[in-house]
Amino acid sequence: MAAYQKREVMNIVIAGHVDHGKSTIIGRMLADTNSLPEGKLEQVKENCRRNSKPFEYAFLLDALKDEQSQGITIDSARVFFSTKKREYIIIDAPGHIEFLKNMVTGASRAEAALLVIDAEEGVRENSRRHGYMLSMLGIKQVVVLVNKMDLVKYDRGVFEGVVEEYKKFLAGINLAADFVPVSGMEGDTVAKLTDKMPWYKGKTVLEVLDAFQKEPHPVDKPFRMPVQDVYKFTKGQDKRRIIAGTVQTGSIEAGDEVIFYPSGKKSTIKTVETFGDGKPNPVSAGWASAFTLDQQIYVSRGEIATKAGQELPKVTNTLRVNLFWMGKRPMIKDKDYLIKVGTAKEHVRLKEVTRVIDASELNSSQNKDRIEHHDVGECVLHVKKAIAFDLAEHIAVTGRFVIVDDFEICGGGIIRESLEDDQLQVRDYVMTRNYKWETGDIPRDDRAEKYSQKPTLILITGEKDVGKKTLARAIEARLFAEGKIIYFLGIGNILYGVDADIKTTHDSADIQKEHLRRLAEVANVMLDAGIILVVTAIGLTQDDLELITAAVDIDSVNVVWIGDKPSDISYDMLVLGNWKLDETVDSVKKMLQTKGIIFKP
Amino acid sequence: MDHIDQIENISINILREAYANFKNMCMLWSIGKDSTVLLWLARKAFLGHVPFSLVHIDTNYKIPEMIEYRDRLTAEWNLDMVYGINTEALENKTTFPDGKVDRITCCKILKTEALKNTLSGRWPRYRYNHAINKYEQDPNVEPYTGVIVGVRADEEGSRSKERYFSARDKENDWDIADQPPELWNQYKTDFAPGTHVRVHPLLDWTELNIWEYIERENIPTVSLYYDQGDGKRYRSLGCYPCTNPIDSTAKDVPEIIEELKSGKLANIAERSGRAQDAEDGGGLETLRRDGYM
Repeated sequence: MAAYQKREVMNIVIAGHVDHGKSTIIGRMLADTNSLPEGKLEQVKENCRRNSKPFEYAFLLDALKDEQSQGITIDSARVFFSTKKREYIIIDAPGHIEFLKNMVTGASRAEAALLVIDAEEGVRENSRRHGYMLSMLGIKQVVVLVNKMDLVKYDRGVFEGVVEEYKKFLAGINLAADFVPVSGMEGDTVAKLTDKMPWYKGKTVLEVLDAFQKEPHPVDKPFRMPVQDVYKFTKGQDKRRIIAGTVQTGSIEAGDEVIFYPSGKKSTIKTVETFGDGKPNPVSAGWASAFTLDQQIYVSRGEIATKAGQELPKVTNTLRVNLFWMGKRPMIKDKDYLIKVGTAKEHVRLKEVTRVIDASELNSSQNKDRIEHHDVGECVLHVKKAIAFDLAEHIAVTGRFVIVDDFEICGGGIIRESLEDDQLQVRDYVMTRNYKWETGDIPRDDRAEKYSQKPTLILITGEKDVGKKTLARAIEARLFAEGKIIYFLGIGNILYGVDADIKTTHDSADIQKEHLRRLAEVANVMLDAGIILVVTAIGLTQDDLELITAAVDIDSVNVVWIGDKPSDISYDMLVLGNWKLDETVDSVKKMLQTKGIIFKP
Repeated sequence: MDHIDQIENISINILREAYANFKNMCMLWSIGKDSTVLLWLARKAFLGHVPFSLVHIDTNYKIPEMIEYRDRLTAEWNLDMVYGINTEALENKTTFPDGKVDRITCCKILKTEALKNTLSGRWPRYRYNHAINKYEQDPNVEPYTGVIVGVRADEEGSRSKERYFSARDKENDWDIADQPPELWNQYKTDFAPGTHVRVHPLLDWTELNIWEYIERENIPTVSLYYDQGDGKRYRSLGCYPCTNPIDSTAKDVPEIIEELKSGKLANIAERSGRAQDAEDGGGLETLRRDGYM
């Protein structure tokens, strides 16, 4: 019986400027290691014969018709081959600038990189850009192949010239590399040293590959598991409430205390879950895990599970980052984007561009206020709602993010610094509050199921005397009549009771903030009870909204602005002109249905 | 973690991302070894449940044992099983076995067209009713906007270019030159209305990995993959008029693994027994552009 043998597998990316010969080197490696299915070589040779062009090793990879007509690699094709030591998945990253996003796709999965530079052409724009991308994507093992040595008569001086120039560049971005002179076309130094370059005594390309080190999963770092989902398969008669996610670093076991961020809620791991009677996967770096909790706290996708007693992640909404931009339209200020960090996804804006680096030259230009296609920038981002993360230099995997513009991933980067913002104090005490929160035995989703509604806050704002309270009461009346548990919470109800100790009559900003904070706290208790709350307030701003959002423990707040001059607040609904009460109530109800907040049993 | 653990966990992560992000999702189950491994991974990802529909396209020319196996696992694993079929083409006999069209056109009609129209809900879908152990026409005609497919990068050229999450527009077109980036474990999960997404959790798996996993997890497979004593077995399953067995005496999973490792099959493409691939020099690629998975 064939024992299942553990073979090591490594992902390698091969990058470099267009036409510097990446595909030729891969084709040659495949041929020289006998890794090609026979049909492949024949098929490609037959194609060449039919089109009367000389056979090239590069064509082996260009399996697609599109590619052969353009003559350039358009995507990161995966190629499988093996040496005696291990198996390789070679990701062929395109060198053409237009395909930078394919290059980063390939490179972000790699454990090590080969970077190809044409000996004749020397260091070019994408030699540098790709070098920079590799360092940003977190790849530490890089070897540079100086290719097409046959075209420079295998001249040692040419090789050393390239080495000197590129080494200097790499030093500037904190990357070190070995250099190998090769000819993909002739096969020199790919699988064996040849007598063409007697002056080179180092490793062949295949030896270079085998010398790359396998990086262990970071189990020794603090435990981090972005929550992917919370499952409750009631249809399958399954009572378990399961927290699922892939562990990025560290490990945790049943009985350990787990704290979720950004909320700060804590619980204890009750069981580690699996299907059938199989042994469960460990909740440890690299594993797609699942566990249940002792206390019925409400956590959802986007939070990071951490282990009590270990170093805390950062929680903020203002980040200093390095990012590269692949969008056709530049990244600009005052525009809404989405940021994805771990499993969290939030609205984000570009707040400040500290400097923009031309990735090909790595010259920095200070005076830009946007980040153009293929630029790399250092900038400050403002996230609408605080997120949890780590600094990239500390824990790389939870310090990475991507930016989505118009449904597409357009940017990616690493978080360098967590900056303070206005909501810092509120968040700090809210995390403590959540940590100390005493929960009953009824999970929030059970309550929601029973009431056919999720708790939510409807915030009705706008200028003075526009009918905010009229609308609020009408919404309350309508949904109450339809059986919903809903409550209109007037500001006055708070002002003279909860706020009675605030004696000052003049309205300073701090006092306004404290009123809002207390309102949000009262709201939070009622929301935890499963209620739909309608609150009215005059002229709320985005800052006010962010303060309220930081304090209430629900996924989203519904903002309705009445009037044609909205503040900077991001509203969900704008009520304009001579609005009719009934129709507006209809629209609010429809909004709640669309968001899945109210539903039929 | 060994390599199989690693690719298993990447696949589970992808399945969970897909489930968290898309409504109206389904998984294609061809009954073959790859999509059965995918199904097994889904049961692992969702702790014994498969919280979406499994869709099978019945061409009426599938080897009968495949259909038996499908319905047996559907009942055993409590699967939400749905199939679609091109009834009209079968009635009009516009098929290759009936001699009216060539192989590629037959694939387009019985598989691609049936698949497109089953996914969109334009054609009737038949759903397994576990109470009566029978298929019934499904009143639900909501289109599936996310489809999980068990293609592997090592199968052939065009599949090696796939992303884990790949957008297709209304016409099912795949713009291979302009695919969105996938950075680290961040996938494209935001889609404009009207697009749908294909999810490919098995891209990193090889044929050998699939068999190693089937052995390790003891996953049930159809017996067509094994030599029944006549020195032949199927390496890839399809419709019987267009699928040929290969010469092999491998009688069980360990023997298949041994055979794959020996290099005996290294020079024969995995789909070499699938006659439609050989037509016009780029059969599968032509089919895939058109919406074949």
